[in-house]
Amino acid sequence: MQFQLSEEQKMVQKMVRDFATKEVAKGLAERDEHEVFSRELTNQMGELGLMGICFPEEYGGADGDVLSYILAIEELSKVDDGLGITLSASVSLCAWPIFAYGNDAQKKKYLLDLVEGTKLGAFGLTEPNAGTDAASQQTVAVLEGDHYVLNGSKIFITNAGEAETYIVFAMTDKSKGTKGISAFIVEKDTPGFTFGKKEHKLGINTSITMELIFQDVKVPKENMLGKEGDGFKIAMSTLDGGRIGVAAQALGIAQAALDHAVKYSKERTQFGKPIAVNQAIGFMLADMATKVDAARLLIYRAAWLKDQGQPYSKEAAMAKMYASDIAMEVTVDAVQIFGGYGYTREYPVERLMRNAKITQIYEGTNQVQRMVISGAVLK
Amino acid sequence: MDIIVCIKQVPDTTEVKIDPVTNTLIRQGVPSIVNPFDKNALEAALQLKEQHGGKVTVLSMGPPQAKDALKECLAMGADEAVLMSDRAFGGADTLATSRTLAAGIRKLGHYDLLICGKQAIDGDTAQVGPEIAEALDIPQVTYAAKLEISGDSKVRIEREHEEGYEVVETTLPLMVTVVKSINEPRLPTVKGTMKANRKEIPMLTAADIDVDLDSIGLKGSPTQVHRIFTPKQRVQGQLIQADSPREAVAQLMNKLAEAKLI
Repeated sequence: MQFQLSEEQKMVQKMVRDFATKEVAKGLAERDEHEVFSRELTNQMGELGLMGICFPEEYGGADGDVLSYILAIEELSKVDDGLGITLSASVSLCAWPIFAYGNDAQKKKYLLDLVEGTKLGAFGLTEPNAGTDAASQQTVAVLEGDHYVLNGSKIFITNAGEAETYIVFAMTDKSKGTKGISAFIVEKDTPGFTFGKKEHKLGINTSITMELIFQDVKVPKENMLGKEGDGFKIAMSTLDGGRIGVAAQALGIAQAALDHAVKYSKERTQFGKPIAVNQAIGFMLADMATKVDAARLLIYRAAWLKDQGQPYSKEAAMAKMYASDIAMEVTVDAVQIFGGYGYTREYPVERLMRNAKITQIYEGTNQVQRMVISGAVLK
Repeated sequence: MDIIVCIKQVPDTTEVKIDPVTNTLIRQGVPSIVNPFDKNALEAALQLKEQHGGKVTVLSMGPPQAKDALKECLAMGADEAVLMSDRAFGGADTLATSRTLAAGIRKLGHYDLLICGKQAIDGDTAQVGPEIAEALDIPQVTYAAKLEISGDSKVRIEREHEEGYEVVETTLPLMVTVVKSINEPRLPTVKGTMKANRKEIPMLTAADIDVDLDSIGLKGSPTQVHRIFTPKQRVQGQLIQADSPREAVAQLMNKLAEAKLI
């Protein structure tokens, strides 16, 4: 068994760490406070090749592995996990399904730009009445000649408004249930495709979340991803990969909270000594460090399985569920260690605690992850 | 245009610790980076290559782990990297280092321009660049804040001074040292990083270069370090600006009185 990153993985990790600490960290508190999505940083990620880490060179990628990509999300998320999820949504939820299910023409037209980062991607599955019950899609697509006409709406869409390319799911045959759902590639600026209000969220305020609205949107027939009725299958397999990305986001948050807590507990003096010498603090740090490490091993294993071409659905669900649960616990503990200071916006741990919560909810709630895992265990 | 950039791997701190017995830098436990000014040198070289074509080669003298620093330079976009590493090079002062690097540069063959950072952040001597130029017997311009080369190989440089810029015109071949303000070094890309990792970095030892062994390493170093210490911080001076000497003197007297010096 190999527990060491390769030279290449270590170099990518260091490169992204340098980018995160030098460029992303600048002005982060202000961006969080004023809910600012930075297109500039997003474009810079594209220029540096972060959108193309795990895609083949023929599509403009760096031909690296999934684990290198996961390391990149982890490093970004240690500094700004809002940017981490921006990357993950574009790569895992938009570029990947086009890579996995798209035909040559679709790859040429859409994948190249996403991989090279000149365009940003998004994924629209969730609807007001179709959350965990994703099969209850109310968005419909009706074939009319050489195009489909889309009507409906999608909510809580990461990168919405900013992304140029969207993977959108819609019912093409209601009578068939999940087998009646199809996936489409929809371009921004298509007539009838508009955006609703910007969501004001508890956390991840440096990422952008909006509603997608489709009113008689004509999507060319050739923009259907896979075959008619493949939508649900495409959505589920895409989310399997996305879960490793969200897990890496949660890991980055948890690691950052641990790092801050360790540093602070060595500096903060009460009763004439650093608070770290109290076992009450030391034991908390020990538990936090163990949880973070366990999450990391689950996540790297899931990424490794994907790299090996082996099934990873259960392992991705385990990684996402565990990493997000411990991210919540570790950030709450970090705030506790910081005490009153931790509750203020003068210190970064309250932001980490606010941001951790979403990782337990999106890409399938952790209850859904337990359904996936128990389903696999009981098979 | 063929450009050689000399770089140094340095500890990632501006407050280096010194071994009180040997008076040398303690490197253990300190992460290493490419000397920041050398990154400015590399960026300048990469920009010139983008304008004029050619090749950028990065050269470093150091222990085998200095390969990591060279890899970072390759990731930024350098075409080739060469490491000079040998026990015989160890313990070198700036003169012995410059002789070694100059011998390495001769070995590399043709070059039009040599660029170095103005100084390394560990030793802070600012001597190696100029000494390499001496050893190679080529002209040198130090502290460049702007470096332009026209089509006919005419070089125009703005040298940074405390009170302004001095404009120098010269020709190639040339050695230039650069200051921080010359540019903002680019970040490496993922593709560059992966390519750099796969790239072979050739190593030159003392046997590979044409050099008198008595002139390099500890033996070839005339500098004897007796003690290294951090000097006391000097208090910043104050400039009194006034409309007339009379008023200036009055202000000075007030300040001296305030400080209870008179």
